Amino acid sequence: MSGATSIEQAFQARRRQRRARAVAGGALLLGLLIVSAVIAEAFLDALGAGLPRMGEYFGRLIPDLHLAELFAGSKIQGSLAFWMYRADSWLWLLFETSQIAALATLAGAMIAVLLCFPAASNLAPNRATYLVFRRLLELFRTVPDIVYALILVWAFGVGPLAGILAIGLHTVGALGKLFAEVVENSTMGPWHATLATGANWAQCVRYAILPQVLPNFLSYVLLRFEVNVRGATVIGFVGAGGIGQELYQVISFSYYQEISAIVALIILGVVAIDLSSAWLRHRAIRQPA
Amino acid sequence: MSIARESLRIHGLSCRFGAVTAVDEIDLDVPAGQMLAVIGRSGAGKSTLLRMINRLQEPSTGSIAYGPTDVTALRGRALRDWRRDCAMIFQQFNLIGRADVLTNVLIGRLNHRPWLPSLLGLFTEAERAMAVQALDRFGLLDIALQRADTLSGGQQQRVALCRALLQEPRMLLADEPIASLDPHNARLVMDALRQINREDGLTILANLHHLDTARAYCDRVVALDRGRIVFDDIPDRLTPDVIMAIYNITEQEFHAADTPVAEPMRQIQ
Repeated sequence: MSGATSIEQAFQARRRQRRARAVAGGALLLGLLIVSAVIAEAFLDALGAGLPRMGEYFGRLIPDLHLAELFAGSKIQGSLAFWMYRADSWLWLLFETSQIAALATLAGAMIAVLLCFPAASNLAPNRATYLVFRRLLELFRTVPDIVYALILVWAFGVGPLAGILAIGLHTVGALGKLFAEVVENSTMGPWHATLATGANWAQCVRYAILPQVLPNFLSYVLLRFEVNVRGATVIGFVGAGGIGQELYQVISFSYYQEISAIVALIILGVVAIDLSSAWLRHRAIRQPA
Repeated sequence: MSIARESLRIHGLSCRFGAVTAVDEIDLDVPAGQMLAVIGRSGAGKSTLLRMINRLQEPSTGSIAYGPTDVTALRGRALRDWRRDCAMIFQQFNLIGRADVLTNVLIGRLNHRPWLPSLLGLFTEAERAMAVQALDRFGLLDIALQRADTLSGGQQQRVALCRALLQEPRMLLADEPIASLDPHNARLVMDALRQINREDGLTILANLHHLDTARAYCDRVVALDRGRIVFDDIPDRLTPDVIMAIYNITEQEFHAADTPVAEPMRQIQ
């Protein structure tokens, strides 16, 4: 009986202690939040003042469409065709953006595949190699693609090449780290068996590890492609080609109808790419090598 | 076969993991062509001993020599060539599950190939013929193009054996080759091992769980206990009395001690 009471007491004491700790932690979190808000000048009154203006901006973006003339020709105000009057060139730019993303993803992934194996702790021939390659991948990854783009536009001039290189460089780091982690999760039995046949390091990677990790690699590459399509849009803002460059122009000239038309096209394009790559990814995981 | 077989000479071999001594000052001479069983309970150092011979595990002290070759001193290319000469099969088979059987067998050729073509998956027609011949020898021809992870355990171990044979090895290490197999498949694999030993003249060192298997298939039995050799003789001398004298338990207890934890639970019912 006394044993049960003492357990109850201990339980109560522990619960009180936990509650006190939770309250203290909450207070600390709140304090930090206020400090960071002050530093970042994120004040509620500013938010209150800005919100209506944001609503106003979105209001202006709403396309001027009339149900009666919705499917009329491009000369008639209120039709879809009038709203999308430059759809041909916008679609071409959107295509260019997706090609920037595709090339950058492909090139970045190929380099990432080469760098990920020495950056995996289970395969790296020694600790130093592992650390060097991990840091190298971090170097690629920590610089955002927009910063690469700013530098590369200065070096290569305005246009898609700067965009491809910028996104590609960031992709090397982002994918390389994910790839290395996939490699670290692979089963090591085949590796030891292949090593035991007298194969060298590269042969062991190729035969014992690559078949295991390839479906996951492909899955990550497709996911990265989706991310890079969005990235390639933003990168256009600094002059690195594609639909982003056009979007930046219509935003700066406040052509509201065109902004909403382009954004609508980007959303449709991204959704289409997301859906098809999701379908491909599921196939890749199910399919044998 | 034309490749010269040599005897394996192990002297004062130890392996320590921190404070634990897995293998403790072992001396062992294995003449060419012998089929040797290494027995002992879990943690006796059987696996560590075998893995030191092909240098998957670095010895702490001691020496291993194969004929005139000092195995413990090998580095780089010479070490890889020694691993080719000293093939190994494993308890968990360690095939590449997503690759087909033929590719798995051809992995045994990697050391013989220039590395660039081998990375591109290019093997010669002669090598594929070798692989097919090896598969045919153990009745595996029908499954040559099947994915390895669709095979039964017994089939997988025999595929692993084919992979080992394609190395054209001079000796074979078998680390618990039948511990994951049912009795029928265990017999198929042990028969295959003995066939290789008798027909090809390969020296075989096999870690075995069951003493009856060791008695039935091997020329010589070495028993390990806590990293030391406690028995080294022909199988006939490995009587129940000897087991009792060495391990202080009966043969049944010897086997039971190595079965998974779930096993005794079932026996209680």
